[in-house]
Amino acid sequence: MTILKLENVSLSLDEKPILNNLSVDFWEGHIHAIVGPNGAGKSTFSYVVMGISGYRNITGTIYFKGQAINNLTVYERARLGISLGWQEPARFEGLTVAQYLKASKKDKGMSIEEAMDVVGLSPQEYLQRACDKTLSGGERKRIELASLLVMQPELVLLDEPDSGIDVEALERIFDAINILKERGSTVITITHSMAVLKKAEHAFLMCHGNIIDKGSIDKISGYFENKCIPCDHKNIPVLGEVQ
Amino acid sequence: MDDKREIAKTLYKTMGLTDAALNDPDIAHLVINGNMVVGAHLVPGLVVEPHETPNGVTVTMKVLAGSIIQKPVHLCFGMLPEDGLQEIIMDVTIEEHAKVSILAHCTFPNAKNITHKMQANIAIKEGAYYSYVERHVHAPGGLITVVPHAIVTVEKNATFKTDFELLRGKAGIININYETTCYEGSLLEMNAKVNGIDDDDITIRETGHLKGQGAVGVLTTRIAVRDNAKATVYNTLTAHAAFARGHVDCKEIIQDNGVAKAIPIVEVYHPKAHVTHEAAIGSVDDKQLQTLMARGLDEDEAVDLIIQGLLS
Repeated sequence: MTILKLENVSLSLDEKPILNNLSVDFWEGHIHAIVGPNGAGKSTFSYVVMGISGYRNITGTIYFKGQAINNLTVYERARLGISLGWQEPARFEGLTVAQYLKASKKDKGMSIEEAMDVVGLSPQEYLQRACDKTLSGGERKRIELASLLVMQPELVLLDEPDSGIDVEALERIFDAINILKERGSTVITITHSMAVLKKAEHAFLMCHGNIIDKGSIDKISGYFENKCIPCDHKNIPVLGEVQ
Repeated sequence: MDDKREIAKTLYKTMGLTDAALNDPDIAHLVINGNMVVGAHLVPGLVVEPHETPNGVTVTMKVLAGSIIQKPVHLCFGMLPEDGLQEIIMDVTIEEHAKVSILAHCTFPNAKNITHKMQANIAIKEGAYYSYVERHVHAPGGLITVVPHAIVTVEKNATFKTDFELLRGKAGIININYETTCYEGSLLEMNAKVNGIDDDDITIRETGHLKGQGAVGVLTTRIAVRDNAKATVYNTLTAHAAFARGHVDCKEIIQDNGVAKAIPIVEVYHPKAHVTHEAAIGSVDDKQLQTLMARGLDEDEAVDLIIQGLLS
């Protein structure tokens, strides 16, 4: 069953086309990965689906579980079951980690303490710490994932979930993604990391604001490894070659 | 006496506190309602002499040399009536190597037209430590004018820390003016947090003169203004000696028709001194807002949480 569908979605920012008549759909209950070079439009895809301000002036239609959501605000989409883990999460002066996580807490999600354990951060050590610049990038990133575990949205968009994460903590990130799936979430990771790509079940290759191929991880990773980095097309793919 | 005790308990209750501190023999306290001393208790090493005046009290407070006051001293300045003037004149001396922390509460829960003025002269002698936390609880409406002024000297290797918080009720007209002079090796930290609503008018002037070698000063201000409230912050740090270091940090969030101004002034008179400043004024950070909304908070809930954090 399709949980998310984009139909002919286009977005330009400062008159530069970022998403180009993008049509794609995602099956419910799976882990998907969107890969592609820098500037392909991957992060923009996640902001458009989430409805982030500045990314809502699109053409085309976004459907979540069959419902068009173009006119919904960020929080309305969140309450419908969509959420986003940022590549570089915001810091909150004066808020503790516990306060930040409580803001995300919903009935379906796991407890705050459980979520912190999953991402490998001791609740005793971290919950009363400030959720601000005193956290390292990796710590903040794991707390972002913990907030999604306590929220347990039906659709999780993860923008570069491994950036700033060391090798040891990376396994915790993968554990968290698997737990999200096991508990019923659909996960879409935005990445150009092979390690993250290989943890997904389906992959989508994005270039120049469009999905130019999709399929198994082996298929997409092969193309991505061999043909797309560095990108000879300067984000204008030779579609005949791809297809 | 019982009446005074009841008034003291009532003042504490308006601040959401029990009267436990009034009953603890190890906690010194002084409770003033208008111009009346309604409660006082001292501990060894602390000398407090209050005198009632027509419109308030004069208080001479001294912590004797070498005395370490273990538990924070509770001061409560309040007015239960709806109207009136309360003038507090304080003369504070923290003698050499003494240490004390003050928890001051100012409560005006029924205010319709009240003015609260404080003029303090504070001398913190060599090696001494003085921390002063002042929390205000105001009525949700009415007009309150708060005018705390202080002149502070922080002598060699001494420490002065002060926190001013006005987060509950309507701020009213606030005019804070603290001027501090710091000598060799001393430490100054001044923090102010104010939440302005309606037509509140907030002016904060905090000045630190780092006169001595190695003196350190940090001025931090956090203000949120909504509706038609106004806030102006003048933070000044001057550095006059080698290795004097200072930082001014002002953040103000505005919503609705609120207006905020920040005027940080740093002056350095010695090539080996270093003072920095940062000031940020604007609406709520958009990424913070979007992040919380992506967790299901509506915009008002998200803004409230962000401001709660800023002022915490």
